[in-house]
Amino acid sequence: MWEQVRSNRIRSVVLVIGMGALLVALGYFLGLYFFDSPTAGLAMALLLWIIMSLVGYFQGDSILLSMSGARKITRDDHPRLYNIVEEMKIASGLEKMPDIYIVDDPAMNAFATGRDPSKASVAVTSGLLQKLNRDELQGVVGHELAHVNNRDVLLMALCSVLLGTIVILSWYASRFMIFGGMGGSRRSSSSGGGSGQIIIIIVAILLMILAPILAQLIYFAISRRREYLADASSALYTRYPEGLASALEKIAASAEGLRSANKATAPMYICNPFRKKGMAASDLTSTHPPISERVRILRAMAGGSFADYNRAYAEVRGSGSGLMSAATVATVVGAVSLRQAKSEKIALEPDEVHRARETSSVMWNLHDYKTVSCDCGTVLRTPPRFKSDTVKCPHCGRVHSV
Amino acid sequence: MVIGLVVLGIVLLLVLILVGIYNSLVRARNQVKNAWAQIDVQLKRRFDLIPNLVETVKGYMKHERETLEAVTKARNLAQQVASSGAGERAKAEGELGAALSRLIAVAEQYPDLKANQNFLALQEELTSTENKISFSRQFYNDSVLKFNNQIQMFPSNMVAGMFGFTAAEFFETKAEEERRAPKVSFT
Repeated sequence: MWEQVRSNRIRSVVLVIGMGALLVALGYFLGLYFFDSPTAGLAMALLLWIIMSLVGYFQGDSILLSMSGARKITRDDHPRLYNIVEEMKIASGLEKMPDIYIVDDPAMNAFATGRDPSKASVAVTSGLLQKLNRDELQGVVGHELAHVNNRDVLLMALCSVLLGTIVILSWYASRFMIFGGMGGSRRSSSSGGGSGQIIIIIVAILLMILAPILAQLIYFAISRRREYLADASSALYTRYPEGLASALEKIAASAEGLRSANKATAPMYICNPFRKKGMAASDLTSTHPPISERVRILRAMAGGSFADYNRAYAEVRGSGSGLMSAATVATVVGAVSLRQAKSEKIALEPDEVHRARETSSVMWNLHDYKTVSCDCGTVLRTPPRFKSDTVKCPHCGRVHSV
Repeated sequence: MVIGLVVLGIVLLLVLILVGIYNSLVRARNQVKNAWAQIDVQLKRRFDLIPNLVETVKGYMKHERETLEAVTKARNLAQQVASSGAGERAKAEGELGAALSRLIAVAEQYPDLKANQNFLALQEELTSTENKISFSRQFYNDSVLKFNNQIQMFPSNMVAGMFGFTAAEFFETKAEEERRAPKVSFT
């Protein structure tokens, strides 16, 4: 079962090839239109794609992390988060511990990056840390590590680079056509015109308009499928789908959008960062399946295996076919039982107030503030530019060294 | 000539399939080994945590000597069988887990203890270590299942027989029922 879900991967590969074919067709016809030679167009499309791929491959994760303003944490900064990530790392059989980042944002969201499982990072927002309990956070982290383990990060990076290339190419070509239209007309007059030329022009224009839209739809289709799959994997790792389900519910209930997300990075998050409250997102132009549906599928699971998820998926969606093929599902023989809610442990778990304090304290520390606790119970924080060696407690007047 | 080439092709194909099956068997066996090592790491971590926990708790829980002694005893027993097979070990570790969750359940009666930062940090470590043990066990058992399936199923069973791959042992805590802490509520 730890082998990747093959049939799904094949389907994703077919879709990626479809996007690649779109790019090739676009390059071909634009070449014909502008330079009279398809090779030149193809070469341009290919060059653009290669440059973007290289940047995406080597810089993608650092771009994403710095764009979201994420800060790397160590075990001492937030032991619980570190432990949960380590637990999920063990459950998913990842070989290396991923880097952990916190994004200082009250919105609830999380994402994973890293082009291969040995160089992965997972980031959660401070809002998520505050509002979710241990089991829920575990479900979310499981979902993110599933993206890493299923190589979704690489796949989505590949897709977004393809999509980006197609969009950029069509955009520039359309500007050239409108404002520098001479190229096209000169070429057609010099080569004598004819019905062949008209077809080329029509196809080129059609492709220019349709290719970005089609590519976007393919991209969304791939993305949604991978979300379901990551949910299924998370349930398999934690053996506790209720954790992820209730986390998703809490996320759905919070209306805040994520400040630092943009369209290109959206599929990396656990739920769509742009969603508006009450939006029925089950259309073709969404990177994520509707949360309510994901919750219902998770709650309908009778066991923890892919087979159970598949059954729940077919049931909730009301379709005969499940998410995965029979061959995939059959990789786990026998029942995978779910674990019980740990009621006796939750009693000693930090509550939301405690978690909020803990999270804000982490954020202060990450911004190089120093913490001094006074014996009278006051907690003093000194900013990084604080010059003095000592600080006086405003409540009891004790003097502490910084 | 043509027949010779065809035969050669078939032989080459068979060799390739054989190599593929052998490699996947080795991969599965290595995964089982790695997963076992991971369980080991986590169990050791639990051993190391216990003296610390007992030390912290002792001052507060004067009337719980038996519970504390049970934990220490279970720990020593588990440490003694640490080098034996999966079956015996799982039993001892299961008992240790049960003793620990009893201790945590009892600790809820002591508000002072619940306010102790040191105890809270230890408790998080303990909870997490318990989780890590069960997740590494889960991964180990899944790996064993996969490996054993490969060994028993055609055609990889022939390759496995040829190179002497033997089935691995599951890590099952018989004390699974006991591990679930007694349902006591103090609220």
